[in-house]
Amino acid sequence: MYAQMVKSTGQAVRTRDDMTVEERAFQDRIDRGEKIEPKDWMPEGYRKNLIRQIGQHAHSEIVGQLPEGNWITRAPTLERKANLLAKVQDEAGHGLYLYCAAETLGVSRDELFDMLHTGKMKYSSIFNYPTLTWADMGAVGWLVDGAAIMNQVPLQRTSYGPYARAMVRICKEESFHQRQGFQVMLTMARGTKDQKRMAQDALNRFWYPALMMFGPSDKESVHSAQSMAWKIKMNTNDELRQKFVDETVPQAEFLGLSVPDEKLTWNEETEHYDYSEPDWSEFFDVISGNGPCNAERLKTRKKAWDDGAWVREAMLAHARKSRARREAAE
Amino acid sequence: MADKVAPKSHASGKFSDPKSEWPLWEVFIRGQHGMSHRHVGSLHASDTEHAIKNARDVYTRRNEGVSIWVVEASNISASSPSDKGPMFDPSRDKVYRHPTFYDLPDEAGNM
Ligand SMILES: [Fe+2]
Ligand SMILES: [Fe+2]
Repeated sequence: MYAQMVKSTGQAVRTRDDMTVEERAFQDRIDRGEKIEPKDWMPEGYRKNLIRQIGQHAHSEIVGQLPEGNWITRAPTLERKANLLAKVQDEAGHGLYLYCAAETLGVSRDELFDMLHTGKMKYSSIFNYPTLTWADMGAVGWLVDGAAIMNQVPLQRTSYGPYARAMVRICKEESFHQRQGFQVMLTMARGTKDQKRMAQDALNRFWYPALMMFGPSDKESVHSAQSMAWKIKMNTNDELRQKFVDETVPQAEFLGLSVPDEKLTWNEETEHYDYSEPDWSEFFDVISGNGPCNAERLKTRKKAWDDGAWVREAMLAHARKSRARREAAE
Repeated sequence: MADKVAPKSHASGKFSDPKSEWPLWEVFIRGQHGMSHRHVGSLHASDTEHAIKNARDVYTRRNEGVSIWVVEASNISASSPSDKGPMFDPSRDKVYRHPTFYDLPDEAGNM
């Protein structure tokens, strides 16, 4: 997902007998549905996992602005441009909410940026694909934000208070993102032959990368089991992916577009769609830095950070000077 | 105050000096007239004016507020979680502070 392969620090879920008194009390609080707040005692593994997960999520929001920012100046109408600008601005906001949540766990904003810029922390694989035509703005809003919503809605109930509250804000804003994307798709799909072809092409290119957003199957992963016991992960990757497929296929049919999967069929027994897995070797390639746009995304991010350095420093210098002046006058 | 601390270079690959990071502010917003300000989140900014501007952009993009308070996070004092018992338990057993503690005959009417 936006936090796709969070390498867990914890081992397998510990049985109650293995837990210390503090750990047991902590797990009890989580089981009772209590929220953990920044100053509360927490196991080191919980804190570290959360920093990785929230950090990766925040980085995804920020880097996620780039593929869409690519089209702001070329949006087909002024209205679409305003819509896209508002959406991209929201993503910046989502990143900021999440960075703040991560900071409550004792990591600084600059450290988080540094880990992004040096590749020590990842962001979602989806943003390493190019956005080639305007129809991609439709596909991204519809599929990428759609997949993100699938993951973020349950995270509103996550055990860490600041993370849960950030998720509530984000979910409130997210549904416009998906709807505007779907509307772009709808307009294209009902437009000229060429426009419909572009819409289909965008779906073809984004379908499997969207399925990869949920991460590889983690049914047997002990790391995921620990995250689920701590309620920092609410569903398995496969559950969410299935839910996404089940909701999205009828939407594609409504658009009159075909999902690029010959094996896709409705299974009467399970009452779910059977679908083809994405190419996981491609996923591992992209997540480890070799996707079509990894280098470009990171370069753009770093350039923005480095070019902004003098502004950050000047504002701080100004603040210090005016404070000194104020204090001298008192 | 010593304001001679020159911010270090922000070159990637090296953590920048923590003193060169904009301080953290907590943001409180009055959602509607007549309501109190409520904590909505935090942000980084160089000074108060900047913090209010950023708060407007980050927390009121959809008409969520009519007024903003910002306070530098380092100026907030908080009770500690370990004091929760001694701090809040004493008010628990004082049921007589609630109106339902007082049983009155129905004939006395609504009170
Ligand atoms: Fe977002
Ligand atoms: Fe979004």
